[in-house]
Amino acid sequence: MAQQTNDFLYLFRGGADPKQMSPEQMQQNMNRWFAWMGELRTKGKLKAGEPLGDEGKVLSAKKGAVVTDGPFVEGKEEVGGYLIVAAKDLNEAVELAKGCPIFENNGTVEVRPIEHIPGL
Amino acid sequence: MVNSSTHPDAAVQPDVIQVVDHLFRHEAGKMVATLTRILGFENLHLAEDVVQDALLKAMQNWAFGGVPRNPSAWLMQVARNQALDAVRRQQNFRSKETDITAFFEHRSGTQSGPESVHFDDEIRDDQLRMMFACCHPDLARESQVALTLKTLCGFGEEEIAAAFLTSTAAMAKRLVRARQSIREAGIPLEIPAGSELSRRLDAVLQTLYLLFNEGYKASRGDELIRQDLCDEAIRLTTLLVEHPTGNRPKTHALLSLMLLSGARLSTRVDAEGNLLLLAEQDRSRWDRAMIQRGLAHLNRSAAGEEISEFHLQAGIAYCHCTAASYETTDWQRILTLYDILVETNSSPVVALNRAVAISRVRGPEAGLRAVELISDRATLEPYYLLHAVVAQFHFDLGNYGEAAKHFQRAQTLAGVRSEQEFLANRLRSCREKQAG
Repeated sequence: MAQQTNDFLYLFRGGADPKQMSPEQMQQNMNRWFAWMGELRTKGKLKAGEPLGDEGKVLSAKKGAVVTDGPFVEGKEEVGGYLIVAAKDLNEAVELAKGCPIFENNGTVEVRPIEHIPGL
Repeated sequence: MVNSSTHPDAAVQPDVIQVVDHLFRHEAGKMVATLTRILGFENLHLAEDVVQDALLKAMQNWAFGGVPRNPSAWLMQVARNQALDAVRRQQNFRSKETDITAFFEHRSGTQSGPESVHFDDEIRDDQLRMMFACCHPDLARESQVALTLKTLCGFGEEEIAAAFLTSTAAMAKRLVRARQSIREAGIPLEIPAGSELSRRLDAVLQTLYLLFNEGYKASRGDELIRQDLCDEAIRLTTLLVEHPTGNRPKTHALLSLMLLSGARLSTRVDAEGNLLLLAEQDRSRWDRAMIQRGLAHLNRSAAGEEISEFHLQAGIAYCHCTAASYETTDWQRILTLYDILVETNSSPVVALNRAVAISRVRGPEAGLRAVELISDRATLEPYYLLHAVVAQFHFDLGNYGEAAKHFQRAQTLAGVRSEQEFLANRLRSCREKQAG
């Protein structure tokens, strides 16, 4: 039986189109992420996180026999990074995600509770 | 993990999450200059793409993993890899591969030793080569300025367009044409030698002057972009003056002019963003350190025989900067400098400024006569300052009705809110005087 934990996964999709950004805009965008993540960190909420590169492979079919380059889905669908955030419940996790700068550039944050399976 | 292991050079200090202002923009300028030297000027666009990708990687990685101890080196390393990837993909670039590897191997492990000084020199040379190449006579004047902002200052097309009040699409087209001319005319990425050097240096100085002026003009565009343009012009001119090819009296004069004007930039508006006359500015807020630098370069500009326009303008700025008040300003000296300036510079704007100096020395009546004598005054008609200056002369003479008429005309021509508010204020003063 899976048990609730106090960890939540944030998945970031879409956001600013880097091809259209000037160096100054990139730096400002980064500063906004610094500010938001810095706040999570100070509050002791930030447990882990990393960006994801564009390259990658998608395996499918039996035994993963079909390997395609990817994800290469529509830019707005691609997961650009993840965080693991500590929160007392889903509501708090959602509240904490609201400060994410990705919304200024029409991106999304998917918030999912991480479940723990005892004995695993 | 937050303290990312994906980039070994990363400083794992989550509390160090700031980078210096404009780091991305300035590193972009350096990287484009260096990569273009390796890839060839004709491949400028490839260098720009590579740099864009490197900055993107930094934006994504640093936000999560913290800022590396040496952000410049981190960026250069990523750019190197991206450049290698790019040249490997294209058969005709294969020969560049060894160039890139050689260049970066030569620098690796030398970030703090005496070799890194040598490397900094190389990057400075790259930027200067780019500066001279961007001002090649085969490129249109406006393309020269746009290209300088794009390649050396790391401005985006949207930002350059905003600075020149044109559309992003038009600016993008202009840059595409410029890159095309570079390829077709085979413009070399180099500092020219011999007699061409002095001609090209003049073009470079003119471009830097335009860049500064675009920022300094009170009348148009976004306040922040304007400040940035002035800062960039000062940064590039400093780079130029510190290099043997650019270390000329004329360059010192231009830098002095920029510093002595830039020192007063922030006091031209009050806390509400309203425009202030020179007479109304809080002189205690002028940037003393900048004025000192400006004076030092003015001294060094006096070395040669030549008195350039920059010398004269710097001299005028000097008179303003060193005066304790508007009233005690050495207007006689300013007028003398304007008298020399109008001999070589036929700009009616210069003539208008001279009229103001005349009014300070010989009174508002003489000022009005000087305005009437401006030869191509018609070109000044759509320029609000002409009407504001004439209005002020009438005001000083006590002709409040006439003054009001001209302030009103100026108000309808003024472009930005702060100017309109300023003129509305002057207009109210006229009405009060008339009523009183």
